[in-house]
Amino acid sequence: MRNFIISLSAVVFGLIGGAILMAVTGHDPMEGYRFLFQGGLKNISRFGDTLATGTPLIFTGLSVAFAFRTGLFNIGAAGQMLFGGFCASIIGLKLDASGAVLIPLMIIAAILGGAVWAFIPGLLKARFNVHEVVSTIMMNWIAYWTIYYAVPAYLKAESVETESRALPDKATLKAAWLSDMFGGSYVNMGLFLAVIVVIIIAFIINKTTLGYELKAVGFNRHSAEYAGIGVNRSIILSMLISGALAGLAGLAQYAGNGNNIQIGVLATQGYDGIAVALLGANSPIGVLVSALFFGLLYSGRGFMNAMTDIPPEIADSIIAIIIYFAATSVLMNRVITWFLGRRRANAGSAVSGKGKV
Amino acid sequence: MWTTIEQIFPYAIKFTIPLLIVALGGLFSERSGIVNIGLEGLMVIGSFASAFTIYKLETAWPGHTLTSIYIGILVATAAGLVFSLLHAFASIHLNANQVISGTAINMIAGALTVFLSRNITGSGNIRMTNPLPPFDVWGLHKIPVLGPLIFTNTYWTTWVILLIVLFSSLLLRKTAFGLRLRACGEYPQAAEAAGVNVRKMRYIGVLISGAFAGLGGAIHLVTIAGEFNGTVSGLGFLALAALIFGQWRPIGILGATLFFGFASTIANVSQVIPALTEFPPILLKVFPYAITLIALVVFSKTSQAPKAAGEVFDSGKR
Repeated sequence: MRNFIISLSAVVFGLIGGAILMAVTGHDPMEGYRFLFQGGLKNISRFGDTLATGTPLIFTGLSVAFAFRTGLFNIGAAGQMLFGGFCASIIGLKLDASGAVLIPLMIIAAILGGAVWAFIPGLLKARFNVHEVVSTIMMNWIAYWTIYYAVPAYLKAESVETESRALPDKATLKAAWLSDMFGGSYVNMGLFLAVIVVIIIAFIINKTTLGYELKAVGFNRHSAEYAGIGVNRSIILSMLISGALAGLAGLAQYAGNGNNIQIGVLATQGYDGIAVALLGANSPIGVLVSALFFGLLYSGRGFMNAMTDIPPEIADSIIAIIIYFAATSVLMNRVITWFLGRRRANAGSAVSGKGKV
Repeated sequence: MWTTIEQIFPYAIKFTIPLLIVALGGLFSERSGIVNIGLEGLMVIGSFASAFTIYKLETAWPGHTLTSIYIGILVATAAGLVFSLLHAFASIHLNANQVISGTAINMIAGALTVFLSRNITGSGNIRMTNPLPPFDVWGLHKIPVLGPLIFTNTYWTTWVILLIVLFSSLLLRKTAFGLRLRACGEYPQAAEAAGVNVRKMRYIGVLISGAFAGLGGAIHLVTIAGEFNGTVSGLGFLALAALIFGQWRPIGILGATLFFGFASTIANVSQVIPALTEFPPILLKVFPYAITLIALVVFSKTSQAPKAAGEVFDSGKR
């Protein structure tokens, strides 16, 4: 409950901050927000696009949140996502099989690719106590340059040098019936995959011994060790799962919302995953909701930009402000505690007042 | 071969300097006990502030290109300092997780600057018409060997930054202020017991890092990029790695950033240098990052990291 109030107030502060930004730069905030939300919700097709935009964010948000639970800060979701998506694309482009065979293989490839990329920082953390923030950032750049040269070498498009060949439709998460249902939107099976994964991860975290152990390491690694939990094993395992989730984000992005990989770009969803996890208070359901909210901001900004002069980066600015307030939640927490304390004191004085009479 | 080296050297130094000053800023912050992962964002702020100032001055006050650049660099330094207050306030007063607060700084900087520059120029970019001109140091560039390598095609910013590094090294090691700052990063409770105002020292550390990161962003703009486009392509993070690589010492950082400067320059020009074309370019590009990972492993046992860096200061804890 308290987490919910904190996240909600962070969102409110973020929206207020965005309004101030719009007003300061000479735009009308009310009009801006109207078009921003209309752009994401106006009709069924736009709503579908909002869901699709949110899908990779669900995965990266889960990825960051899962590592957070073990006390790890996986800032390298972008690199894991890129490599996972690359592995899946190799399967999708090189293997000649029917969709029913291809898709499961691509899912496995994405999971493995992401997990491998996160395994190295996990191992370095567990074995040598190398801080995962720096090592995952280094892994991001290694992924960036690896893809930069690997895509033109192995998956080159016919005419364009800077992106991979387009995946055939059978090797993507696109589904004609779903797209038709949402009036031609690019929403795809990735969304269902994301919901299933949210449920699985929620189950692992809340209901299994593994989840309990990982959380225990996150709370206090020394006491976890004292209780007989293999701390190093937990750290590596947590990073593997976190990386696998980011790899799935790559699948959802490069073989769902899009159908190829562009070189020279680290997906912004990787970094935004941190924001999603933070706003969602690291709980799987919270991640789902906040990912869809960010998806709304991102998908609505194009429409807003078309209808007004407000630059589309207002969406990024709002998200960034939300994150700053989520990061400083201590302040909010104090306000809530103070508020509850005052109410309790009031109730107490009312009771004692009655006693006197 | 010699001519190649002669050509590479000024480029490598040009690339090193912004990295060096930003990493040095990170050093002040971490030595005071606050991890500043927002260096990247603060560099972006510096880059934007200088680009904006120079852009405005070029139109409002034509003919004073150099002066505009100087003013732009100063404004960038101030902007970085002011913006780092956000991080300082969150992590010192509100006990926020320093990594998350720094991440928020990065996100705000990236989004806000592009938002503003779109409002100003229409596109997300701000171009500089005249970058900072390089010069040969009078008299010294004729020295054999050293002259062409170090004293040719230099920028005055390079010399200022090197002086700042030297001064910082002395400041941290030889003065009472330096001792107090380092104490706050090692054992803040002891520092407090000795009468040091830990919060104040940490504010100073973070503000210095903000100012230096802003300065670094501006130098990157006026010497290398020539155009603000909303990113400094990971240089801030690389500076963070250089800080660890250099083991939280100014001279170590100088070595680490020189290494990154040369590695990146060699990777960038490998295609035009016959001796390097046999290496696959991917290896040269990945090299600095892979070496950093290896260095992190090698140094892990003997790491000189400030002990309390990243921890929330709790004066009651023993």
